[in-house]
Amino acid sequence: MAQAKSTTEEYEDIPGTFVFNAERSRQGYGINMFCMSLMKDENRKAFRANEAEYLKKFKLTPEQTDAVLKRDYNRMLELGGNIYFTAKLGATDGHSFRHLAATMTGSTQEDYARMMLEGGRSVEGNRSKSGKHDKPAKKAAAKPKAKAAPKSAKKSKSSSKRK
Amino acid sequence: MAKIIAGFASSHVPAIGAAIDNKQTHDPYWQRVFSGFEKAKKWIADARPDVVIAVYNDHASAFSVELIPTFAIGCAAEFPPAEEGWGPRPVPVVNGHPQLASHIATSAILDGFDLTIANKMEVDHGLTVPLNLAFGSPDEWPCPVIPIAVNVVQYPPPTGKRCFDLGRAIRKAVASYPEDLRIVVFGTGGMSHQISGPRAGLINSKFDKAFLDRLTKDPKGLAAMPHIEYMREAGAEGIELVMWHVMRGALDDKVKEVYRFYTVPASNTAVGNIILENISKPAKKATAKKAAPKKKSLRKAA
Repeated sequence: MAQAKSTTEEYEDIPGTFVFNAERSRQGYGINMFCMSLMKDENRKAFRANEAEYLKKFKLTPEQTDAVLKRDYNRMLELGGNIYFTAKLGATDGHSFRHLAATMTGSTQEDYARMMLEGGRSVEGNRSKSGKHDKPAKKAAAKPKAKAAPKSAKKSKSSSKRK
Repeated sequence: MAKIIAGFASSHVPAIGAAIDNKQTHDPYWQRVFSGFEKAKKWIADARPDVVIAVYNDHASAFSVELIPTFAIGCAAEFPPAEEGWGPRPVPVVNGHPQLASHIATSAILDGFDLTIANKMEVDHGLTVPLNLAFGSPDEWPCPVIPIAVNVVQYPPPTGKRCFDLGRAIRKAVASYPEDLRIVVFGTGGMSHQISGPRAGLINSKFDKAFLDRLTKDPKGLAAMPHIEYMREAGAEGIELVMWHVMRGALDDKVKEVYRFYTVPASNTAVGNIILENISKPAKKATAKKAAPKKKSLRKAA
């Protein structure tokens, strides 16, 4: 148990990330099964015809229902949705993974696309909310070409500040 | 005797599949990605494996949250492309190798790996994109493929060490299979990427390049890396890289890196490809007979 607790704390320390662990999976079962149902065209049609009514089949909490209806993708993840599932809702609306990613970061599609072309969001400043893990763990990046934690800022201005 | 000759690891970005399916591979954006796989394609055309063992993950296509096997081995004769929400990918049905797959399942379970047996399973881009990157877009795949699905969707996935050890168990199983088969093991997924939440778009080339270096030279050390480091450094979805350890564990300790390619981005993701050959060269197809199957192994296979 102690290990599970410290693992959860570590997960929660990662900025801008909702880790889909067993607890979230349990809470989000309804959201994810709803999204899974959208794999079938007849279900997509039924959902589009009356979204709130269709959602009643999946025993969502009021918060979850609200997040789905508002297409609040971050909130869906926070309440137990998983991106591979919620992406099916995105696809139903005609949106790609990248479109959803841009939405979740609060960027415009153009800004997000540019950030990716420039090398993506830098990890610098994006490792840890608490600041305890601002540098890479020694073994992760140091071997075999031993170089200490890179301090140099990435060429792209990308960081979570972008949002 | 069956023998693993090499490992082939590659990202499996869905947008790569979409680019292939929509015939956009010559667009400048995609050309940068696909040109990097030309040498890999040539290598595998020359290597002519008899069977591919492909370690991959499903993305809410064949498996939902109803059933989440940590490791599942496909023992079916064929694996149809899965519906992925916009129709199945227009790729050939993946033919399996039920005899070898069942042999691996038997051997691995007795070795302590409680694999889930999948006798009916559809396969999504996680499996078929790497097949495209290796083999192009043929009318049918050139060899049978044994899919090994790994849960990397719900945390925790198996540890890197457990994945590496599964590779070891696969290697042991293959070595006791009596037929002369030359096998390439695919590790798929990664490299750094995060597609969920406000931190989406994270890419860490430094991490990825160090991962590739250590995969060749320090595989056991690399496999000991805890999940949290992948998540912090390579993004929440970068955890897919644990699947590369299965491939690496299936190889010799010392390997020769014959090819590597890395580019950023393909859609949201850093793309990597590495080919590692076992140094102890297996007999070529024509002369493979000299490695006579051992009776002991035969019995074990039964």
